[in-house]
Amino acid sequence: MTTMFDKLWQDHVIAGELGDPQLLFIDLQLIHEVTSPQAFEGLRMNHRQVRRPDLTFGTMDHDVPTENIFNIQDTIAKAQIETLEKNCQEFGITLAKIGDSRQGIVHVVGPERGLTQPGKTIVCGDSHTSTHGAFGALAFGIGTSEVEHVLATQTIWQTKPKTLGVKVTGQLPHNVFAKDIIMGLIGKYGVAFGQGYAMEFYGPTIEAMSMEGRMTICNMCIEGGSKTGMVAPDATTYDYVAGREYAPKDMAKAIDYWKKYKTDDEADFDKIIEFDVSELAPMITWGTNPGMATSVRGSLPAIADADDQKAYDYIGLHPGMRAEDIPLDYIFIGSCTNGRYEDLKTAAAFMKGKHIAPNITAWVVPGSRAVRNRCMEEGIAQTFIDAGCEWREPGCSACLAMNPDKVPAGKHCASTSNRNFEGRQGAGARTHLASPAMVAAAAVAGHFVDISQQAVNA
Amino acid sequence: MEAFVKETSKAIVIPNDDIDTDILIPKQFLKNILRTGFGISAFYPWRYNEDGTKKMDFPLNQKEHAGATILITGNNFGCGSSREHAVWALTDYGFRAVIAGGFSDIFFMNSTKNGLLPIILPEADRAILRECQADEDVTIDLEAQTVSFRDHVFHFEINPTWKEKFLKGQDDISLTEQYEAQIEAYEAKRPVFK
Ligand code: SF4
Repeated sequence: MTTMFDKLWQDHVIAGELGDPQLLFIDLQLIHEVTSPQAFEGLRMNHRQVRRPDLTFGTMDHDVPTENIFNIQDTIAKAQIETLEKNCQEFGITLAKIGDSRQGIVHVVGPERGLTQPGKTIVCGDSHTSTHGAFGALAFGIGTSEVEHVLATQTIWQTKPKTLGVKVTGQLPHNVFAKDIIMGLIGKYGVAFGQGYAMEFYGPTIEAMSMEGRMTICNMCIEGGSKTGMVAPDATTYDYVAGREYAPKDMAKAIDYWKKYKTDDEADFDKIIEFDVSELAPMITWGTNPGMATSVRGSLPAIADADDQKAYDYIGLHPGMRAEDIPLDYIFIGSCTNGRYEDLKTAAAFMKGKHIAPNITAWVVPGSRAVRNRCMEEGIAQTFIDAGCEWREPGCSACLAMNPDKVPAGKHCASTSNRNFEGRQGAGARTHLASPAMVAAAAVAGHFVDISQQAVNA
Repeated sequence: MEAFVKETSKAIVIPNDDIDTDILIPKQFLKNILRTGFGISAFYPWRYNEDGTKKMDFPLNQKEHAGATILITGNNFGCGSSREHAVWALTDYGFRAVIAGGFSDIFFMNSTKNGLLPIILPEADRAILRECQADEDVTIDLEAQTVSFRDHVFHFEINPTWKEKFLKGQDDISLTEQYEAQIEAYEAKRPVFK
């Protein structure tokens, strides 16, 4: 009897003993412009080839401009993008370039293309690679030297972590979403509860959840300190994968194999946490790490330690304030956490026939070209535009502000992304994480509102 | 990676303790696409004036030190951020070994990944090495684990795994390449769904 994680791990071990670093085979490496250039240069310096270009896929996302994606002003961004193009060409790697219908944020593109599949080991030089675990894959972020190692050998040395079962139960209340679950978990257990563990999310609430919701949860599990998170594949997973560009043509055969990726008995986990969502309220962050999260209904917490004090000083708020009194200036809808079709559709429902408040600048940045196109075909984009939002080209954008999309110093931004660190959205920028619905409703009201009390049906 | 067996070279002495990665390579140089090209920015804050001109009293700028591949320095070398660029700056400048009182863990690991030999010697030995003039050579013999200078021979310790890696010029990738047969066997039997 064993966990899904144990099975995934065991099925990929090539060499090494348990407890020591073990050599794992990697089924898919995703690459992007920022963390790959030195890896390719290393290959070149040592006259090495990419071992499995067929198991490598590249896209451009971290520093692409989103206003005019073809007009890159920043010379370093331009060099990184051109270098990725050159490297992929030289080493025979498929690349979704700017303008390509498949381009977008690496963690949106992998699933969307059907590259992300149950049972795979997936790595990328980006910490939010855990997103792909939502499909029952073993997926984690790696550093540049490791990117080079995987390019050259299609393997990686890793020491096996312990397993943490996160059992999610209860019916999600009206207008409370997957984002609120993961924020609620991190708010309750802190930013380190997953350290040293591989997390598996399971239970009736997860089983009832869409792939998009599962991806949001796995995406942010690293904000809880874990390197990887996963959900066992089921009919929802198979339905999502089927028919996509790189999905198996013979799905029946694949599913027959993928079925084994489940935890036999929850007693197999090294540790279990249970989280009941039936009373969960929409969440926001008030501080400078994702653990500084609170219900939109409550007031901002008291100062418990020096970190809280530092966070309050940076964010310019004080304990006891109500969430709705946070003076928002910007809203950002997008990122690999919440830049998918379902996220944008949900957000649009809160803006339909309405206009954003005069104090708000709103950026809506689809996670991929495919998401963008679909939203334009279905009128979702028009809803945002009519509401007064800026409808942008796909990329990471204000999630990490490596491109020109920077929130000015001192300004507050309600954001659907995953990190509210100091300076993350621009030097001095003040980030408040929330679900797409919460952020959209805040744009309309001009401040946070408790959407669980609103009639809008997302 | 180039093998490190024996190195005889001029040495540069920068005796300070706690030289951090911001000094080795400041963050404005990180947004690069290459692992090379960092050498001219190595020790930037100590090597250049604010207007970008060279400080001629700094050894890396002095002609008589040109071509030196051995750096002799103080305790806790390479502390600060985890940036691999700090090692890239030194190797790109041309250094092949750093002799220090100690290294930060991350810098040490990064240097083993990039062929920069980190040697730990006690203060008494380094005090003698610091006398090294621009026209004198220092010899590092990795097999014998010794540093020789004038008529002194200093012994140093090194983990056998790292020693082997440097002697053979193996980086992590070449170590993994020894598992080629196993990797191929794995590839042959892994499930592929088309
Ligand atoms: S959207 Fe943000 S978190 Fe996601 S890959 Fe891009 S920068 Fe990283």
